[in-house]
Amino acid sequence: MSDSKKSTGINNLSRRAVLAGGAALSASLFAPKMLRAQDYPTAEINTTGLAVTDDTVTCGILHSVTGTMAISETGSVQAEKLAIEQINAQGGILGRKIEYIQEDGASDWPTFAEKARKLLVQDKVASVMGCWTSASRKAVLPVFEQNNGFLYYPTFYEGLEESPNVIYTGQEATQQIIAGLNWVNQTKGAKSFYLLGSDYIWPRTSNKIARKHIENFMEGCEVVGEEYYPLGHTQFNSVINKIRLRKPDVIYAIVVGGSNVAFYKQLKAAGIDPAEESPIVLTISVTEDEIRGIGGENIDGAYACMKYFQSLENENNQEFVSAFKEMWGEDIVIGDVTQAAYLGPWLWKAAVEKAGSFDVDKVREASPGIELQTAPEGYVKVHENHHLWSKTRVGRAKTDGQYDVVYETADLVEPDPFPEGYQ
Amino acid sequence: MFSDYSMSELTAIFAMQGFAGLILFSVFVLMALGLAIIFGQMGVINMAHGEFMILGAYVTYLMSNLFADYMPALFSIYFFIAMIFAFIASGALGMLVEWALIRHLYKRPLDTLLATWGLSLILQQLYRTVFGAREVGVTIPDWMMGSLPLTDLIEVPINGIFVMVLAVGISVGVYVMLYRSGWGKQVRAINNNRQMADAVGINTAWTDRMTFAIGCGVAGVAGSAFTMIGSTGPTAGQLYIVDTFLVVVFGGAGSLLGTIASAFSISQAQSIMEFFISGSMAKVLTLLTVVGILMLRPQGLFSLKLRK
Repeated sequence: MSDSKKSTGINNLSRRAVLAGGAALSASLFAPKMLRAQDYPTAEINTTGLAVTDDTVTCGILHSVTGTMAISETGSVQAEKLAIEQINAQGGILGRKIEYIQEDGASDWPTFAEKARKLLVQDKVASVMGCWTSASRKAVLPVFEQNNGFLYYPTFYEGLEESPNVIYTGQEATQQIIAGLNWVNQTKGAKSFYLLGSDYIWPRTSNKIARKHIENFMEGCEVVGEEYYPLGHTQFNSVINKIRLRKPDVIYAIVVGGSNVAFYKQLKAAGIDPAEESPIVLTISVTEDEIRGIGGENIDGAYACMKYFQSLENENNQEFVSAFKEMWGEDIVIGDVTQAAYLGPWLWKAAVEKAGSFDVDKVREASPGIELQTAPEGYVKVHENHHLWSKTRVGRAKTDGQYDVVYETADLVEPDPFPEGYQ
Repeated sequence: MFSDYSMSELTAIFAMQGFAGLILFSVFVLMALGLAIIFGQMGVINMAHGEFMILGAYVTYLMSNLFADYMPALFSIYFFIAMIFAFIASGALGMLVEWALIRHLYKRPLDTLLATWGLSLILQQLYRTVFGAREVGVTIPDWMMGSLPLTDLIEVPINGIFVMVLAVGISVGVYVMLYRSGWGKQVRAINNNRQMADAVGINTAWTDRMTFAIGCGVAGVAGSAFTMIGSTGPTAGQLYIVDTFLVVVFGGAGSLLGTIASAFSISQAQSIMEFFISGSMAKVLTLLTVVGILMLRPQGLFSLKLRK
């Protein structure tokens, strides 16, 4: 049954869409494909008792909107709601409007697990857009694997994970790190690096990859210091003096949260102006969102390496940015993770329609190979390992809090969550 | 580690590191003074201390926007006005909290811990609702950013000097109030023996309220000053609370001199260790040392001699 459905799937649909003539209805950037719900009987596309009716499908949104992490996760919630609204404007998924149940993880990892269980067991949601920190993802992972849920996880993270129940829409560490290090070495001639981070798994794993890459794959380059500070540390004057002493070409900073603000303010106050590029400041943890707290004048001239910047000049992105601002206000800024969160519902829609079913097993099977031509960051594709192929870019921070994109990889970078030679 | 460097470079680095230690000392003193008054003099374990600081930071944020929009000519000095308003705002909130919450708990000091912890959660969510979950950026006047080159190699951050001056100023102010004024005498009398103080005609209710308000106000000024070096967000107060209690408890509750001595020793230990070993380990060793010393001297470095 599912086979025949799948083989007839996509081609028939687009023909139908043209016939239906509904294509022009939506002004969204995504080429609309109107599917009619009655062509997909609920009994056939939902054989596992998910919350799918004849005209709706329910998904979950699971982020922190209270507690410390609300700072970061708010943008993801906004992006997911925008994507859902746009998909609904185009007729939903398999002709069904998406409804969402939003739960608050409250920046507390056990709460995340509890709410995930509630969404999967009680609400029977067909998929979940959610989590931000690795800790929250690790907390919900067993729940998703036991109950066969399906999670779209938006944050760039340390890798070393590949779950059949998760699609990782952010970059894993090697994608984000290697291209940036090569770039700073080749175009800026940087040879010595000072690695700095907050003390938990993501900065430590990332710096480990950075160190291996610098020492084993970049000729004549060396790491002159590597240091970690507790989360929430606010005094960086000592380490700034240490950096002065070692005179690195590059400060490679993976500081997060409130520490981030303190670090850049104190760096600037100590007379190390990122704009002067001696040393160059290169980070993978400061998106446009973080710059708001840091203040553009304090980080002006620093480089960040990630896959998305709000200032990307392509049509997809311009439409995305204006739709986002229209929905959430003119003042809003969009960071890397927010864009990755926006991809979640779209990837889910594409996978469900390719599978012709909401059943998690079929969606999982259909996911690898899914392509999005219309992503704000440009073309992306789902890899066998559930991560995305994506380009990596380097941006230079400006005083207005935006980045100038100064470099992007020529090709998509393959996701490699278990990198050999880097562990 | 040092063999590749010339003598003058090393001198410069050590001089700057000395300043880094002094700046950390000033930051600790500023953080701790408000709590030293509230916890030290009144015995109230104020877990919401960080949130009173952040109120000061938010007031500074509002003032920076206000001046940028309406009085750009005065922007370069807005920070001083902001600190005054931060004092008033945090002090007023402190007065309200004392009246509504704390005064019912003087006989149950441990319960103040729970009550003020709840208060800190309420205030955090309040900030989040009013100012948004994201951190806000406070624009600092240009002259306060950057560094002051003392020699070719030695540079000192201007905001660090500012924090130092402020710490000294407020310490002197608190000292004068506590030990050289009538009000201070009353506060200390209540601290020694509440019933007796009441009996000799001190208005304990009013003195308590003022003491709590001034403690909170000082916290607000500290928060205002920290917008220069740290972040301003709903939960940023949590970043300071552990260090603050550490300084006050280690110094010996009730002793202003103890607080300052403790801030000095902890900051110097931490900044020297941070320079020679990694940041996380420096923190671990600092905490271990403090715990060790407190085991030998539970009353802290300095303690008042009281007849019980």
